[in-house]
Amino acid sequence: MSFTALTLHEAGEKLRSRELSSVELTEAVFQRIAETDDKIRAYITLAKAAALEQARHADQQFMRNEITSPLLGIPLALKDNFLTQGLRTTCASKILGDFIPPYDATTVQKLRYAGAVISGKTNLDEFAMGSSAENSAFFPTRNPWNLQRIPGGSSGGSAAAVAADQCIAALGTDTGGSIRQPAACCGVVGLKPTYGRVSRYGIIAFASSMDQVGPLTKDVRDCALLLEVIAGQDPVDSTSVNRPVPRFTEALTGNVRGVRLGIPREYFVSGIQPEVVQAVRTAIWELEKNGAVVEEISLPHTEFAVAVYYIVATAEASSNLARYDGIRFGHRAQAKDLTDTYMISRDEGFGDEVKRRIMLGTYALSAGYYDAYYLKAQKVRTLIKRDFDEAFKRCDVIVTPTAPTTAFKLGEKTQDPLQMYLSDIYTISTNLAGLPALSLPCGFDSEGMPIGLQIIGKHFDESTILRVAYGYEQATEWHKKNPKLEDR
Amino acid sequence: MKISREEVQRVALLARLRLTPQEESQLTEQLDHILGYMEKLAELDTSNVEPFSHAVDAVNAMREDIVTNRPNADALLANAPDRDATYFKVPKIIE
Repeated sequence: MSFTALTLHEAGEKLRSRELSSVELTEAVFQRIAETDDKIRAYITLAKAAALEQARHADQQFMRNEITSPLLGIPLALKDNFLTQGLRTTCASKILGDFIPPYDATTVQKLRYAGAVISGKTNLDEFAMGSSAENSAFFPTRNPWNLQRIPGGSSGGSAAAVAADQCIAALGTDTGGSIRQPAACCGVVGLKPTYGRVSRYGIIAFASSMDQVGPLTKDVRDCALLLEVIAGQDPVDSTSVNRPVPRFTEALTGNVRGVRLGIPREYFVSGIQPEVVQAVRTAIWELEKNGAVVEEISLPHTEFAVAVYYIVATAEASSNLARYDGIRFGHRAQAKDLTDTYMISRDEGFGDEVKRRIMLGTYALSAGYYDAYYLKAQKVRTLIKRDFDEAFKRCDVIVTPTAPTTAFKLGEKTQDPLQMYLSDIYTISTNLAGLPALSLPCGFDSEGMPIGLQIIGKHFDESTILRVAYGYEQATEWHKKNPKLEDR
Repeated sequence: MKISREEVQRVALLARLRLTPQEESQLTEQLDHILGYMEKLAELDTSNVEPFSHAVDAVNAMREDIVTNRPNADALLANAPDRDATYFKVPKIIE
């Protein structure tokens, strides 16, 4: 087996026992990228020289027995919306095509402090707006399980890189499903933590009341290990929460006995691919067989979530993206006066989906429409959150499909924005309510595309999610399957 | 129609986005379709519902008003499209 196929915890063991050096592992990762990324196109920017320097540094620490963290010497990829000091950060947008951040995101700083090796920056839908990674201003990323299919989005590059062994693990961001849906599409594990659990400082803002950073990994243990490193309050993110960070790996007992699984009846309706329902039902039965208890629950406002989300998220985005004005950083067009400088810089710099969302958000916030759209959406958002509060009186986690279908074909939904938005139907409610949720593999459809199982937890109860996910993973073999990187 | 072409033009100006005539037509059609879907929110009576403010209990995060970062104008100006000494340079604003 190649080193690049190792999980984070397996690679960590080999590094600590000196069976493998970080330089060897890092070189293997870049070799793998060189062999495969012309097909996958997961990376926008590679950081090979700096990565090898970090690897050499890690190897010196191993030599001196200064083993500071489980991430020491491990090559990790970052979605290209994490600010990385001195390393180009584009957010897959032409408006930031040459942007070199003057500082690191807090989460990046934590990875550096833990001794991780940064392999590079991965592709995404421009400004994290999309569900297929096709909205990148540069190029689309392909799904390693079938190169004709999308990898999901917006963290499509990170998910594809993990699935194709082009890194050991990765970080992404999730505003409406952007970690979980690509994880499901690419057959990897992805976790969106509770809003406030992980610092957002230095993450390029999309919708600030929902954006959250999380891991994309080859298995559940890796996910817990990465979360332990990145979680915690940050003095420079006032929405990060002062709560003790548990040892998430201690939740990985393999025992799910007595855990109450809520199954929302509104999530199993028409429009969902039958094989997805079948795989999720089988997964629930597997957990039940191992001692979990199933409760049917109701989340009655589910059908309103997409409408609420695409008002709130676009409103916040229209405000956040006002900073791209061509004045202090980013693309500036040559124009005769200031207004034209703004208008033309933004026209040239933003892609179609970003413009569409800025327009929708500006409209929803504009005089005369604010009450009917933005305020109404925030009221319905309260109802959606209350649904979860009620449901969690009767269960410990909620189990659902991650997405209504497996990965679709490139180009299939690009002409119909609303259809694209509906791919997020099972993931966005948790962002609206600020809840943590994880996706892990639970089977394949008849065309060999991975299916994701979503586990939603109570606020700050990532531990129970990880416990259930690990219990399921131990009982199944899905996470051991590998993609062939071929057309089908 | 939920949204007219004139409204699209007005919103584009508010958002400081230059649109081509084709973009205007396409956005009018697409936004109309999307806003039509948003109509379903009107089905719900929310007269006694508070608008959502924050996912988890949070109070204002206060801190002392002191400078904690070091001034580094060159690093911050390194991405400027145009600069003059430690200033951002912009096109003429006043004739």
